[in-house]
Amino acid sequence: MDLLFFSETLISGLMAGVMYALVALGFVLIFKASGVFNFAQGVLCLFAALALYDFISEDGWVYQLFGFALPVWLGILLTIGVMIAVAWLIERLVLRHLVNQDPIILFMATIGLAYVLEGVGDILFGSDVKPLDIGIPQGASDYLLDHHNLYIEKLEVVAAVTAAVLVAVLATFFQKTRIGRALRAVADDHQAALSVGISLNTIWVIVWSVAGIVALVAGIMWGSKSGVQFSLSLIALKALPVLILGGFTSVPGAIVGGLIIGVGEKVAEIYAGPLVGGAIENWFAYMLALVFLLFRPQGLFGERIIERV
Amino acid sequence: MIYREAGQFKSTYADDQAIFPIRQDRISLTIFGLLAFLGVPMVIDDYWANAVFIPLLVFTLAALGLNILIGYCGQLSLGTGAFMAVGAYATYKLMTAFPDLNFIIIVVLSGFVTAGVGVLFGLPSLRIKGFYLAVATLAAQFFLVWLFNKVGWFFNYNATGQINATRMEVFGVQITGPEATPTSRYLFCLLFTVVFALVAKNLVRGRIGRSWMAIRDMDIAAELIGIRPLHTKLLAFAVSSFYVGMAGSLYFSVWLGAAEVTEAFSINQSFYVLFMVIIGGLGTILGSFLGAAFMVLMPILLKNFMVGGIGVEVVTAKHVEIMVMGILIVTFLILEPHGLARLWQIMKEKLRLWPFPY
Repeated sequence: MDLLFFSETLISGLMAGVMYALVALGFVLIFKASGVFNFAQGVLCLFAALALYDFISEDGWVYQLFGFALPVWLGILLTIGVMIAVAWLIERLVLRHLVNQDPIILFMATIGLAYVLEGVGDILFGSDVKPLDIGIPQGASDYLLDHHNLYIEKLEVVAAVTAAVLVAVLATFFQKTRIGRALRAVADDHQAALSVGISLNTIWVIVWSVAGIVALVAGIMWGSKSGVQFSLSLIALKALPVLILGGFTSVPGAIVGGLIIGVGEKVAEIYAGPLVGGAIENWFAYMLALVFLLFRPQGLFGERIIERV
Repeated sequence: MIYREAGQFKSTYADDQAIFPIRQDRISLTIFGLLAFLGVPMVIDDYWANAVFIPLLVFTLAALGLNILIGYCGQLSLGTGAFMAVGAYATYKLMTAFPDLNFIIIVVLSGFVTAGVGVLFGLPSLRIKGFYLAVATLAAQFFLVWLFNKVGWFFNYNATGQINATRMEVFGVQITGPEATPTSRYLFCLLFTVVFALVAKNLVRGRIGRSWMAIRDMDIAAELIGIRPLHTKLLAFAVSSFYVGMAGSLYFSVWLGAAEVTEAFSINQSFYVLFMVIIGGLGTILGSFLGAAFMVLMPILLKNFMVGGIGVEVVTAKHVEIMVMGILIVTFLILEPHGLARLWQIMKEKLRLWPFPY
């Protein structure tokens, strides 16, 4: 086995894992705070990326309307605004009416939501592939290629750094701020949180907004990598095995799970794929998660499942 | 008034255990049955068979299967599309290997093959529950679709990778292939759906169904009163997959006639059937019929209304259709989370007193 090639595979797997982790993070946030398994997270990524594209690119409707495209930073700010508006609408129109329903009903509602967002996105922004360019460096890193003969995408390094920053910010937000504490209280026990005067509705808006912003980051990264297109919403499905590995309620779990899945997938594709005909990337993650679940049903970092009658 | 069961006395145990104890139910079901078996075949043509009736029946069968698993046994599954694919490919292999076999036997055999696969992928349900299980069934979804796409044996090594239904007959009447009449295809599907709906209805009100429901409501408690979880859960997976497999078999052979696995049996198919079950009503047999009817008819009506009625372009109409479906689903879940079957139940209560509510 060629060591250099192996480490290249490993690193690109890790980087891909970071991308999965970015999507999985959004899931975890919402699941923790509201117990909703948010299937629409992938579509949120797509939606955010589409909105951003329209704000900053030269064939977006801002350009057509005013004759100039917005600068990137303003575009991102506006998109954050859009995501917060979406979060508010979701809470207002959907979640508020579904309090106390079975988890499966909430899950189905988010699938419905995914359809709505997809339809709205398609109608507003069109459904062709759009290259999102916000000035993230592309191509291989020259330094590593020259000195160590390693081939690593710059974009993936940026993604990894962004993810690290994002997790740090989220951790601080959860641990240090007043709202963060309220969020953790809600995650712990809805009723107890209500009884000490935390408004569930506000918390849900906040959590969905945060998830929307995380979706925007994930959307930017995936959009820069492979263009903004419908398949973005499918990476949500890839985030599911990540969640299983890490546990539904754990932020570090989402990161570690993402890394494991990313590396496992790449290594399996390259070393085991040719033996069985290739393209095993599609299902390998799920199988890995399945086998893993047989031994540890609550995931790596999930809360221990205690069952009583 | 209309729906009053007063005066219908039960004097034997057999009466008491009748599958439809209320006279009005029996009458309306007989009328429906006559309409379905005699009325529809007289007027059916190719368009109605392909666009409305056969999809309706096929998806009802699939929804019945999924409803047994989710609604009665409480095991969330997202692998319906893949299990339908198993049924379809089993049918394809059987129909090419034994071209003279009665097609009924082939469909039922495909169901059994799918049941076997279902049990295999149901094994994790003994350890994991809820959404974790749902993701585990996604493994089945992606793995099986990949398998049917990659391994040539399943599609007899033909160049396109598609499977095509060959000519099959039941007692001399042609059921599949291009020359089959819409009437024969419709009646064949109808037969399967009705027979197996009755089987399901009887299963779920007997000992087996009750043990499923006990597992659904609280599995540890069920275990304590002597229900074997291994046995019960796997049985639910087997029966459910059996139904879904037959639905897949009919879907491929009678309805489409040709199928390509990544298109026809994708994850969207799983969600589609799941929607039917939820919208129809979890844990009701009637709900499977209503849910399938809703999900099959709604897009057709929407499309006709938008393209034919107000002249929206076809591409835009497609997007709007997706969006409206989403809105409808969400609205439905908010207004009536127990589904259409529950609406019917409420209506029955009202009809019992109507027009004298006091």
